[in-house]
Amino acid sequence: MSSQLLGWRDLPIGAVAFLSSKEYPTGEWAVFQPKIDEKKCIKCGLCWMYCPDGAYRWDGESVPVPDLDHCKGCGICEVECPTKAIQMVRV
Amino acid sequence: MCMAILKKVEQTMMALNGDEAVAWAVKQSNVDVVSAYPITPQTIIVERISEFVNNGEMDAEFIHVESEHSALSAAWGAALAGARAFTATAANGLALMWEILYITASTRTPVVMAVVNRALSAPINIHNDHSDTMGARDSGWIQIYSEDAQEAYDNTIMAFRIAEESLFPVMVTLDGFTISHTLQNVSVLPDDVVSEFVGVRRIPRIKLPRIHGDKEIPLMLNPKYPITFGPLDLYDYYFEHKVQQNEAMKETFPIIERVHREFGEISGRSYDPVFMVPYRTEDADVVILGLSSTMSVVRKIVDDLRSEGKKVGAIRLRVFRPFPADHLRKELSEFHAVGVLDRCISFGGEGGPLFTEVRSALYGLPSRPIVHDYIYGLGGRDLPHSLIRKIYEELLSARAEPEVPVVRYVGVRE
Repeated sequence: MSSQLLGWRDLPIGAVAFLSSKEYPTGEWAVFQPKIDEKKCIKCGLCWMYCPDGAYRWDGESVPVPDLDHCKGCGICEVECPTKAIQMVRV
Repeated sequence: MCMAILKKVEQTMMALNGDEAVAWAVKQSNVDVVSAYPITPQTIIVERISEFVNNGEMDAEFIHVESEHSALSAAWGAALAGARAFTATAANGLALMWEILYITASTRTPVVMAVVNRALSAPINIHNDHSDTMGARDSGWIQIYSEDAQEAYDNTIMAFRIAEESLFPVMVTLDGFTISHTLQNVSVLPDDVVSEFVGVRRIPRIKLPRIHGDKEIPLMLNPKYPITFGPLDLYDYYFEHKVQQNEAMKETFPIIERVHREFGEISGRSYDPVFMVPYRTEDADVVILGLSSTMSVVRKIVDDLRSEGKKVGAIRLRVFRPFPADHLRKELSEFHAVGVLDRCISFGGEGGPLFTEVRSALYGLPSRPIVHDYIYGLGGRDLPHSLIRKIYEELLSARAEPEVPVVRYVGVRE
């Protein structure tokens, strides 16, 4: 086991998460990840809203950007996109 | 058995059964949340508590849930949010809580639960044995076994302190019907004395530098300082978490001892020694070691046999988790033979759970007693005087430690 990992004496008690979820690159799990066609996107923000992992970055105006380090590739955004601007592509 | 050494405060003598005694302890212990589902022989506990809450005698939230799984889930959630939480169950109800037993313990959540020991199904049986809590021995809860209603009352009050100071959930057990439904004179402390003893729940603080920087944050669910309890943990960290939990449980011995000592100071009821209570063992050749209410009958037989000149004694184990192996090695090594009373069966195992643990604790000693296992009382079957005598006679005539453990069923028809 890598020496960078904490030993039992150094872990916080109570089985609490000691890293922010940002530090877990769960995007590695994905088989498919979203690709956005910017011409079709109407910037409605539904992908951002529906994403169960909060993996979309959106400023409320521009085309939302999926954070591929955390997108697990569930494909909900593809289904919810009203203009079919999102396509799940095999990683 | 608790010895009244001195009376420090005026106490009220009440006729209570064991369940009611637990309910009174909960009523006086500044409990915030009680979640419960009824199950015989525990039901009286939560019935009384719901009456106290309904009558305005107890300022707590009483949550009616649809199952024991939810009862413990709600108590766990409430305790994570900072509440002092209590629940109660028995047998199959405890079995239904299984998943949350482990979760409560491993997130170090100080829930207190009364378990009125009852046999597990099938066949359905509402009477006493210890299969339910013995099955939960590996779940990470502290287990304190009560001998009578007075002790059930005292143990419940102490359990809140032990749980909150050690950050382990505590099961206080009492024998179904034998204790839970039997009226006894119980000394009840004044409300304000108990309230001061248990105090207000203090929340420990921890540091999570990668999330909250240098700030010490409360170990609880608090939107100001978000914490996730028990998230995914695979082969990279799960093992470390479990070892940490196990090592921490060993650190609970001094906490349990200190709380008992302080309780003795306010109540005059001294539980000393805390973990195993010896009876006439000074010059004894053989002893019976067991749990809870049965041991009061065993002591009677000790007296009878002593008057006949036989050197016998008894030891009652009060705390089964953490298992007081060091105390036991010190206490048992000099005897010729020890009979372990197991009110539980471990299917396919080499004896009952108490026996296997006692025998294992003694194995490394250079000189150790012969240890026999006596499985008795399943489903509420009585252990009459005559059979306890027979056990003592067998122990007195035991010659050598057998190669294969001796496990005997006491009081069963062939």
